[in-house]
Amino acid sequence: MTALLAQLEIHNRSADNSCVADNGICPGWIADNFDRYLTPLWQHVFLTVVSVAIGFVIAFALALIAHRRRWLINPIVQVTGVLYTLPSVAVFFLLLPITGRGDTTAIIALVAYSLLILFRNFMAGFENVPFETRDAGRGMGLTQRQLLWRVELPLALPEIMAGLRIALTTTVGLASLAFLAGAGGLGEALFDQIAFRSNVLVAGGLALLLAVVLDLLVLGIQKAITPWTRAVSA
Amino acid sequence: MDAGGERMTTLAFLGEFGDAIDYIFHARESRAGGSQVGGKELLPLIWTHLEITLIAMAIAIAVALPIGLALGHTGRGAFATISVSNTGRAIPSVALIAFFIAFFPQTPEFWNVTVALALLAIPPILTNAYVGVQQVSRDAVDAARGMGMSGIQVVRRVEFPLALPLIFGGIRTSTVNVIATATIAPLVGVLTLGDPIISGTVHGRAGQIGASIVVAVMAITAELLLAAAQRAITPAGLKLERDPSSVSPLKRRIQTAP
Repeated sequence: MTALLAQLEIHNRSADNSCVADNGICPGWIADNFDRYLTPLWQHVFLTVVSVAIGFVIAFALALIAHRRRWLINPIVQVTGVLYTLPSVAVFFLLLPITGRGDTTAIIALVAYSLLILFRNFMAGFENVPFETRDAGRGMGLTQRQLLWRVELPLALPEIMAGLRIALTTTVGLASLAFLAGAGGLGEALFDQIAFRSNVLVAGGLALLLAVVLDLLVLGIQKAITPWTRAVSA
Repeated sequence: MDAGGERMTTLAFLGEFGDAIDYIFHARESRAGGSQVGGKELLPLIWTHLEITLIAMAIAIAVALPIGLALGHTGRGAFATISVSNTGRAIPSVALIAFFIAFFPQTPEFWNVTVALALLAIPPILTNAYVGVQQVSRDAVDAARGMGMSGIQVVRRVEFPLALPLIFGGIRTSTVNVIATATIAPLVGVLTLGDPIISGTVHGRAGQIGASIVVAVMAITAELLLAAAQRAITPAGLKLERDPSSVSPLKRRIQTAP
């Protein structure tokens, strides 16, 4: 019985070996080697979440400033627009003399890219607050600050969260290039064996899965904290 | 001291960036020796980069524009369009290129990369064409129908021109995206401007930084050119309506408030 099992094992191995040699899709290889994708996956999650979090804070600060001083909207959109246009790979290497290689460089480039998306959605959210609501808030004696935190921000949440979702999914994609800046991530695993289908499927699939999971996570949070939008869409 | 020496001192002051700019304008011996890099040696790389971008964009426009216009015209397929654009955004561009290389090993790398980039360029154009047609005022469409225009005529003479600014916005987004992503083509053997960036051992840091500057300038130039074209083709009536300095969104809301 054990001999038979051993034989089966050997048979499986050889089938798997020829599969690997053919650059095929090999479930056995994937099962055996899955753990080596965990570090790149973790690096990918780290880069994405940290970059979008920093981008979110900066964009929020910019939006608060621009909300009071409206003449600043255009210059901010233009500057963040240029940052958005600059290809991330180019930014990785333009930062080389300043921040060298590594996580910092990758995160600066990813933050720069996310600013325009987040800022635009913050502003769109503020714009969508109905004038009557704002007026009612003022009539109730709310100060500017109270109006912002109790009326404007909650009503702007759907647009803000939509911006967050776009920023997260695009950053997952761009973080696939972070290995060029020496920050690892799933892109590194992907290009390590580019002709090997099993590798491309697992590394690419994990990146896609990460984007979808983060997207659904934010969507879930949005639904939970904006119960009034559910009533409308239902 | 001759002019060349003087130029070198000024550039040395700028440190690595100066060396990178020198790399862009003057060919030099490669780090490994034996071949020339930089300067005019960059031209074939720039050309391949542009070639890939233009072909990918042509394919994407040819596929996405008719579908977007048709869906927008009929008002059907909102769900499909949104799904395509959401999925498109979630698929990492790098993974798509890698997928084509791994699964179509017989196809020349150039075409694998170009088709992958074309697929990436489709969602923004499709969504913008769809939304562009959808937001055309129903009154304008009704008036056109009342004048006896057929469905095709309505699309060609009313909906398409009025949707042009948004359609161009989509093309702009995609073009910049494709230029950026074509930078990684050398990883799969297609020599674009990404080559000096990725083959640092041959081109040195000056090559990596220099090529990055050229790619960045290329992306910004494309953005500015397409933005100018977008303004130029916007129908005069729409420009008036959209001029942000004339009426702020807030004021407009006050005016329409009951």
